[in-house]
Amino acid sequence: MSALALAPPFPLRLGEDARAMPGDPPATADHELVEKLRAGDEAAFAELVDMYGAALLGVARMYVKDKAAAEEVVQETWLGVLQGIDRFEGRSSLKTWIFRILTNRAKTRGEREGRTVPFSALAGAGDDEASVDADRFLGPDSAQPGAWAAPPRAWPHDAALNSEALAVIQMAIEMLPDAQREVIRLRDVLGFSAEEVAEALEISDGNQRVLLHRARSKVRAALEKYLDPEVAA
Amino acid sequence: MRIPLLTPKPLACQELVELCTAYLEGSLSSRDRRRFEAHIGACPHCTAYLEQFRLTIEATGSLTEETIDPAARDELLSVFRDWNAAR
Repeated sequence: MSALALAPPFPLRLGEDARAMPGDPPATADHELVEKLRAGDEAAFAELVDMYGAALLGVARMYVKDKAAAEEVVQETWLGVLQGIDRFEGRSSLKTWIFRILTNRAKTRGEREGRTVPFSALAGAGDDEASVDADRFLGPDSAQPGAWAAPPRAWPHDAALNSEALAVIQMAIEMLPDAQREVIRLRDVLGFSAEEVAEALEISDGNQRVLLHRARSKVRAALEKYLDPEVAA
Repeated sequence: MRIPLLTPKPLACQELVELCTAYLEGSLSSRDRRRFEAHIGACPHCTAYLEQFRLTIEATGSLTEETIDPAARDELLSVFRDWNAAR
């Protein structure tokens, strides 16, 4: 078994593009986890499954025809992770590597099913959606076109964090289009960086940002509807 | 005669709300970043909006990720044991 190679100062990316590495710290936690997996530590594997299992399933669902197919892809992915773990060199983070394995398998499977849904198509959907309803702003004939007509009001800080508000957020996320839902989940729920999401889903940085912005804007709108229904109405 | 410096066109509130993620990601051009910050500095409504946007991100971050179906989890753990035993 080979020792985990030290990441070079400017790691090579797995992908075809060579975006600069973000402020990724040397993946010490990854290193430990990888060593545990190599040593056959089941608890370490269970921890990974609990952390990313549901998100992997969500991403797989974007490409394949049904839940059963997605579950198969996820299982193949985990097997791929185990079979490849000895060769994992830490050039990307462990989670990015896992999601890339999934994305590739899910795409292949989707193509076999005749579901060629390029991510760019999923990503492009909703490009022209407004972040805030146009009728919240003054119209083009007003003295100040595009200024707030029904401005947002400050929320009490803790209000957005109580359990009811969190349920509103959860619901809003579930109702998002697939690509937006998975991007906000990876970024804002699971804490992936922008670069990690772009790499994991094999989308451009710009696509990632558009999807994230659409998702966040809709979640904010749902939260406003709950916290300040008069103004959001 | 001096050529006047080009002052960037101010952002409308309706434009600003489309740029919040790009602003927070640090991916606006320096010109757009200045326009964004100049607007925020003068507009309490957009300040409130950006704050709501930040709170939304913070609250989303406090969600716990759902877990997978226990049967599927057990199956994966047995895949792990088989893999480990075969090494």
